[in-house]
Amino acid sequence: MTVAPEKNELVVPEGHVKLVIDGIEVVAPKGELLIRTAERMGITIPRFCDHPLLDPAGACRQCLVEVEMGGRPMPKPQASCTITVADGMVVKTQVTSPVADKAQQGVMELLLINHPLDCPICDKGGECPLQNQALAHGRTDSRFVDRKRTFAKPIPISTQVLLDRERCVLCQRCTRFSAQIAGDPFIELLERGAQQQIGIAEEKPFQSYFSGNTIQICPVGALTSAAYRFRSRPFDLVSTPGVCEHCSSGCAERTDWRRGKVMRKLAANDPEVNEEWICDKGRFAFRYTGAADRVLRPMVRDKATGELKQASWTEALQVAAEALTKARGSAGVLTGGRLTLEDAYAYSKFARVALGTNDIDFRARPHSREEQEFLASTVVGTTPETGVTFTGIEAAPTVLCVAFEPEEEAPIVFLRLRKAARKGRTKVFHIGQWTSPAVEKTFGTLLATPPGGEAAAVDALSSHAPDVTEGLGKPGSVILVGERAAQVPGLFSALLRLSEQTGARIAWIPRRAGERGAVEVGALPTLLPGGRLVADAAARAEVEQAWGLEPGSLPDVPGRDTNGIIEAAANGELRALVVGGVDPYDLPDPQLALKALRTADFVLSLELRHSAVTEFADVVLPIAPSVEKAGTFLNWEGRRREFGTTLDGTGALPDCRVLDTLAVEMDADLFTQTPTAAAGDLARLGTTSTARAAAPTVESRQQSLPQSDGQALLATWRQLLDNGSLQEEEPHLAGTARRVVARLSEHTAEVLGVDKAETVRVSTDRGSVTVPFEYADLPDGVVWLPGNSGDVRVRRELGALHGSPVNVHPGGTE
Amino acid sequence: MGFLDPVKGFGVTFGMMFKKVATEKYPEVKKVTAPRYHGRHQLNRHPDGLEKCVGCELCAWACPADAIFVEGGNNTDEERYSPGERYGADYQINYLRCIGCGLCIEACPTRSLTMTNEYELANDNRQVLIFTKEDLLAPLLPGMEAPPHPMRLGETEQDYYVNGPELAKRAQEEAK
Repeated sequence: MTVAPEKNELVVPEGHVKLVIDGIEVVAPKGELLIRTAERMGITIPRFCDHPLLDPAGACRQCLVEVEMGGRPMPKPQASCTITVADGMVVKTQVTSPVADKAQQGVMELLLINHPLDCPICDKGGECPLQNQALAHGRTDSRFVDRKRTFAKPIPISTQVLLDRERCVLCQRCTRFSAQIAGDPFIELLERGAQQQIGIAEEKPFQSYFSGNTIQICPVGALTSAAYRFRSRPFDLVSTPGVCEHCSSGCAERTDWRRGKVMRKLAANDPEVNEEWICDKGRFAFRYTGAADRVLRPMVRDKATGELKQASWTEALQVAAEALTKARGSAGVLTGGRLTLEDAYAYSKFARVALGTNDIDFRARPHSREEQEFLASTVVGTTPETGVTFTGIEAAPTVLCVAFEPEEEAPIVFLRLRKAARKGRTKVFHIGQWTSPAVEKTFGTLLATPPGGEAAAVDALSSHAPDVTEGLGKPGSVILVGERAAQVPGLFSALLRLSEQTGARIAWIPRRAGERGAVEVGALPTLLPGGRLVADAAARAEVEQAWGLEPGSLPDVPGRDTNGIIEAAANGELRALVVGGVDPYDLPDPQLALKALRTADFVLSLELRHSAVTEFADVVLPIAPSVEKAGTFLNWEGRRREFGTTLDGTGALPDCRVLDTLAVEMDADLFTQTPTAAAGDLARLGTTSTARAAAPTVESRQQSLPQSDGQALLATWRQLLDNGSLQEEEPHLAGTARRVVARLSEHTAEVLGVDKAETVRVSTDRGSVTVPFEYADLPDGVVWLPGNSGDVRVRRELGALHGSPVNVHPGGTE
Repeated sequence: MGFLDPVKGFGVTFGMMFKKVATEKYPEVKKVTAPRYHGRHQLNRHPDGLEKCVGCELCAWACPADAIFVEGGNNTDEERYSPGERYGADYQINYLRCIGCGLCIEACPTRSLTMTNEYELANDNRQVLIFTKEDLLAPLLPGMEAPPHPMRLGETEQDYYVNGPELAKRAQEEAK
């Protein structure tokens, strides 16, 4: 029997080419790198410098393959990480070609000549691409007999990154990452020939918010982490996928832990969100869970001594339930902005069902009624399918950032902005006060306004900067607004008008991980879960039915916001407060907040660590940090970022469980015993067809510069690395925080008479801070201070907001 | 069947009285093991008393019974336990699990971990059978100084390894 040869011609679609790799015909999109095509087929070519998210470099020469074009072999093996596929190419990798194999072995031998082979003491040992590939593609012994080149080791290039130059194979992944992705080219190749090395300029350490990524992508042990130094080996570690609990980006992470302790966090690959990068805060700030002041047992304040004393859960819950039952209808709930969706939902339901009030607010920061209306009308209910996304930002022709400092408030949004702008497709505009590093690194244009004048600036865009409105008119354009907008009256209204006028979509990017989720579950005085309005009877009826309540039992009056709750508690209108993770010094008026905590008859604090709130609390209930519980964060896109428990069996309980049990003591059922149960209960509520809230319409107003002598307007926002309580116990991380300085223009300094001094003293009637200053391109009559860095704690020391007038005087010489 | 048969058995017993006895008088008389007997582990020291262990965990990696736990630590100029950058900050061997195979000894890159001939590793308390670094470290010989202390025998850790045998010989002579 003869068998006809099967016709199995590959179809080549438009924009694709056909080539042969190791005797197998394959179709690849035009412009794809050879190494990537081979990888798709399952042929792994060894490499060091190649990284899919970095521009090709061809620096390490490890990926040599034999290439034949048009029947003519190229004279030497070629680096497959820099050659793109072409029609009719015939490629032989080390699998089929002895020439390629020998070339790769030769390169490996050369790379190892000066490598110290100190794997036993190297942190990379066990997960090192050089180790693995030397075993797979190297010779068993070296012909090199002379002394190896040595360098002093290790040298700290910042407080958190250590450089061991002997181990480096000069692949330039770190320098390319810093220059291309992060835009912080603080490390570079120095010297020539055998002395070539990675290094920093003198006195210019590697102060980048993204430096941790270079440690992760280093294919040898040349860059290691000071915090993780010698802590463990990869085979000791259990790796659990997780989600970052810091900012609202919701980055995918890998948490490596050993013996019940988190050892390190790494970036996981999520192309939709963080690609393969995370910021240093997400990577290094996790030791707060092991702080000495962690609350591990429930505590009840002893009536006789006035001290907090450890108590059993039963006793603590009983005391809390009794007091809260008494105060039903006159209790307020402050949840803080760092809760998971499930926990925030439990608070929301607890306030409505157990306390019978709408006095609940998640905003532990300056806020406004206008913001609340904006959240209820525009933000709630958006999902990645309907709203702005990371990939949407990348594809947008124009992005306008208003009252939003991407690098400090949502670093991964900043990386996307930079990626988009670097390709030249996206034009980025910032309405802010000065050309901050983020403006420079996103190749952006600054539209400077005095603080508080952002709303007027947005309204005036079409007349003053028609190119911006024209750009925003292109389909896909995006407006990004940050949490600072709540401090500028009329800004949200102005942005909604701009959005309507140009068609650009608005995304609200809060600073804290839990804020977006809290909006969704109705941890706001005017919202019920799912964007339902408190004031809407149909919406209330829906919720009552889903929760199994008597019709008409939900409170129908919109409640107080954070400021309202604090004020009412301070003057005795509210008798009890339930406080989640709130730092009173983050609130617009810390003094009033402390008074409220002192005045309230009963304060229940659900806390991780002892804080300014637990000092006044009558009952403190310990809750679990995010690594010790499961849950979901909703990131700013509205994307569900679910994560499981990393450290099991620590005995720490999530907020939803604690509130559920407390509610049972108060004769109310929340059905939020576990995060899964809470998520199920929330899902049963579903989406609503009831009325949406009306958009805010607040007039913008021109910000007038202070006229009197020695006064200036304060511009302020928080930096990524600052005094935040989740960053405590991290000395290495703190070392890469930006220098704490005030900023003002030269003219302002002259007018205020501080130009001869070395520091400025900024003061209000509350207090003052003295701080060194730098010149920057701020509008005249404006001074900028970091929100909560070092000794400069604007809210705590000055009680001032973004746009407040402050007194500025020379602070004398240091 | 002969008439001597009933006493034949006594003959065997009597005969044994002139043979070498197999009974050991342990614990009154301790048995001397073969020189390469796999007994309790020991963490050796350099001649100046610094530890040889660099905390690399290769022993833990090699261990088929998962009996070894190691955590590395960072040497500083003020507090130095071993030459070089790294030392074993925490070192534990669980003798409830150890099967005495000696793979850890083969894995050790610095000859820090060796086995002694000590075989008395029984106890009525499970906790005690987890030996920590204090139990495992070799005793300080004359001329040795308990770490932490600076490197006495060279400028870098290279000197300790390159000149290792010579240093050991000199230390032995000095001890005599």
